[in-house]
Amino acid sequence: MGFAKKKVVQWDPVDIKAELLKKYPAKVARKRAKQIMINEAQENSPPPEIVANVRTIPGIITMRGCTYAGCKGVIMGPTSDIVNLVHGPIGCSFYAWLTRRNQTSASGDNNENFITYCMSTDMQDSDIIFGGEKKLAAAIQEAYDLFHPKAIAVFATCPVGLIGDDIHTVARNMKEKLGDCNVFAFSCEGYKGVSQSAGHHIANNQVFTHLVGKSDRPKTDRFKINLLGEYNIGGDGFEIDRILKKCGITNIATFSGNSTYDQFASANQADLSCVMCHRSINYVADMLEVKYGIPWIKVNFIGAQATAKSLRKIAGYFGDPELTARVEEVIAEEMPEVEATRLDVRPRTEGKTAMLFVGGSRAHHYQELFKEMGMKTIAAGYEFAHRDDYEGRRVLPDLKVDADSRNIEEIHVEPDPELYRPRKSAEEMQALTESGYEFKDYEGLNADMDEGTLVIDDLNQYEAEKLVEIYKPDLFCAGIKEKFSIQKLGIPMKQLHSYDSGGPYAGFRGAVNFYREIDRLVNSRVWGLMKAPWQENPELSATYVWE
Amino acid sequence: MLLRHTPKEITERSALTINPAKTCQPIGAMYAALGIHGCLPHSHGSQGCCAYHRSTLTRHYKEPISAATSSFTEGSSVFGGQANLLQAINTIFTVYDPEIIAIHTTCLSETIGDDLPQIIKKSRDEGKTPAGKEVIGAPTPSYVGSHVTGFSNMVKAMADMAEPATRKNGKVNIIPGWVEPCDMEEIKRLAALIGVDITLFPDTSGVLNGPLNGEFSMFPKGGVTIAELKSCSAAIGTLALGEWCSADAARLLDSKHKVPCRVLDIPFGLKATDRFIDALRTVGGTVVPEEVSFERGQLVDLISDMHQYFYHKKVALAGDPDQLIALTEFLVSIDMCPVHIVTGTPGKRFEKRIKELTKDSPYPVNVRAKGDMFLLHQWIKNDPVDLLISNTYGKYIARDEDIPLVRFGFPILDRQGHQYFPTVGYKGGLRLLEKILSALLDRADRDAPEEKFELVY
Repeated sequence: MGFAKKKVVQWDPVDIKAELLKKYPAKVARKRAKQIMINEAQENSPPPEIVANVRTIPGIITMRGCTYAGCKGVIMGPTSDIVNLVHGPIGCSFYAWLTRRNQTSASGDNNENFITYCMSTDMQDSDIIFGGEKKLAAAIQEAYDLFHPKAIAVFATCPVGLIGDDIHTVARNMKEKLGDCNVFAFSCEGYKGVSQSAGHHIANNQVFTHLVGKSDRPKTDRFKINLLGEYNIGGDGFEIDRILKKCGITNIATFSGNSTYDQFASANQADLSCVMCHRSINYVADMLEVKYGIPWIKVNFIGAQATAKSLRKIAGYFGDPELTARVEEVIAEEMPEVEATRLDVRPRTEGKTAMLFVGGSRAHHYQELFKEMGMKTIAAGYEFAHRDDYEGRRVLPDLKVDADSRNIEEIHVEPDPELYRPRKSAEEMQALTESGYEFKDYEGLNADMDEGTLVIDDLNQYEAEKLVEIYKPDLFCAGIKEKFSIQKLGIPMKQLHSYDSGGPYAGFRGAVNFYREIDRLVNSRVWGLMKAPWQENPELSATYVWE
Repeated sequence: MLLRHTPKEITERSALTINPAKTCQPIGAMYAALGIHGCLPHSHGSQGCCAYHRSTLTRHYKEPISAATSSFTEGSSVFGGQANLLQAINTIFTVYDPEIIAIHTTCLSETIGDDLPQIIKKSRDEGKTPAGKEVIGAPTPSYVGSHVTGFSNMVKAMADMAEPATRKNGKVNIIPGWVEPCDMEEIKRLAALIGVDITLFPDTSGVLNGPLNGEFSMFPKGGVTIAELKSCSAAIGTLALGEWCSADAARLLDSKHKVPCRVLDIPFGLKATDRFIDALRTVGGTVVPEEVSFERGQLVDLISDMHQYFYHKKVALAGDPDQLIALTEFLVSIDMCPVHIVTGTPGKRFEKRIKELTKDSPYPVNVRAKGDMFLLHQWIKNDPVDLLISNTYGKYIARDEDIPLVRFGFPILDRQGHQYFPTVGYKGGLRLLEKILSALLDRADRDAPEEKFELVY
């Protein structure tokens, strides 16, 4: 089986770390050393720290993208009834055009679906020289005349910040001029911050400022939640919504998979915020609590057990016996198929090893599914996370604000004079907490990883290749850019950003899909086809006789 | 209807581009640079540019695309990107050890005015570029031209590596334009058949259509070598395939090193391939062998077999100028009628060429450079077609309007095989014909009422 043939290599993680750093220039090695952490409990001292959310070294082939990608691509990309207009040269809008596999059911008031439209001011050199504000205003007008959307979102690209186009003023003026269209802008120039993460923050701040609380449609269902940090890649959000609906839980707003304008605008009416991707949105959960009085919890719908646990946690919050019973019924109904598939697959996946280097939460969440299949995660890390996503929220007070974070706006919110409403009394909250119920709590990735595993932040192509050479894992998970360099080594690679062509992987049906997908990947015959007979046995040692 | 908001009524837009038929310069420069042996492309800008280009190229070619970035921050955007680029060059040669780094700029570094030649020189002077290694640069501002312009600019930077030659080496330079790795392979095969010794640049064959054998090399065997590029000034002539992609590099070799050049169309289809073969044997001073004439005859044979299905069928096209010009000529030559033709790449000459090629069309023809696929869709709504030929994004129009689609051009994100089966040359013509006829007849089969459903066509 060529490269995939197993040799049992007993490397010490300390040696592996040294091996990864060996080739770097001294300065680079010093920096990377702080981002490569051996996960181990240390006696009499706090757990090891990892450096995260810092600049990537120029010249390093990084997995990371830019602030614009985080803002337009990730957060605003999945909304269906807001026209997304990119102010810049054509490329930025082109590359973010339908490439993230976020699905939509276009459930806006008039079934608007603008996701298939890529809009840009296509800035030319004259716009760079003389400024692009007039062109932007004209483009907003043309988009309005063609589509009559309820909102137009404007995104800045690198040159816009440099030439000083005031996109916020243009947006404000156009909003006034158009009258029935909410126009707002995002200063998400690609050079800001150190990764996509800054873009998530910029996007969420503007959504919170310009959309949340703006709906006049009362939501009257009994058990109302927001689902924060779920992007409906491959239909994940559809599956989660199916389960919630079956349980009798109303999802008011998903940020931002399959979202609509009205969902964002009504988010203040939910009674609980459930955070999926801690990295991209935990601050919105905080702001929703401070401004509107909505408590938040961390949930995870990746993995069947995790899904059941999250449903129970939601039911536990509402404390309604009927809801609790319904949730148990749903779990009991859904689990047999999940278990049947899991038990079918497990003999073929048991003991296999995986590496996960993706996102700001997926490298953590997907370990649940691998555990269910008996697979072991031997190394993991995030592409754009911060320290709290590794070490848990307890480190939040210690996080240093550096120059790259300082220029990302933090918005300060106060309780809304009209819309603030505590969902539970102080006594009720205290009772829940005392019974072991955890609000706004996230332990981070490190806590769930085994002793002696490697946790690596902002892994790059060189290190990935080294890790695969040394460990020869059975599966590697990252994004499209990493896919084929890993697979050339004969190691199957699963995209956990856009899921290749698969999904959903969330919820119960998602777990079934994932078990089957991983079974296919790690057991495919293709990995045994790499060597020709004359490459397997190059020497003509035996005597060949025609029979 | 996934494009349900597209109105039939066409209004002129002055500021808004919707569903572009182009993307930006740097991605073209990155693709071209991958056609140099031992080259690491480098994007001098924010991380996102490099990430987006790598993602798009990876999704199209289904191969590893290695490229580095200067990882600009707000600070470098204010103070200039020189420090980032110098550090990047040092990191790249230390960690990845390529033979050559091919840097392209971005809208960001162009707007702040980073001086690439000066930084490249400084890197050499400071020893960050080791002896025996090369760094080249191409300006590729995203706010000028399109991905095609970026490709052309990087190819020009490659030609600019040529060193003064004292005597001719008898070789012919061929600049293939933005075609698939297999197309580059096919051009080399044809040149070998005709007996002309060529330097093909860029050459992504063997780079972006590599094998799976358990090994990964960041710098695969393929690609034009630095030595070949340095001596392309000694060639007896240059054939540039495609005015938009290849002519600038050829003209540079002509003016700087007196290598005479001819600009031809990319050899898609019968006539363009005829002109290419004829030009090649003329400049190389060789005789076209029977094998090539035989291949030509096969293509003519297939056209005659198939053209009953093609006659006066209306076609809409979106893509890049060089490709669309050759394709339009081919479609006209097989009796089809291109009626709506759009490229996002600017250039009035494009509209002029297409009008010349379609002047005998029985139908009115819409053509637009600097157009977009939104406009193309509106044209189709007003004057429906039998076939759409475009990149993957055409599938949304094809679905809404229920038109068969042949995927051709860049990017193709949802089908595979384009990197292996050439569409240039006579053999490539066979492939194009097969794809077109299959699309038309699959549709005829799907739509035929039971009493008209036929076994034999």
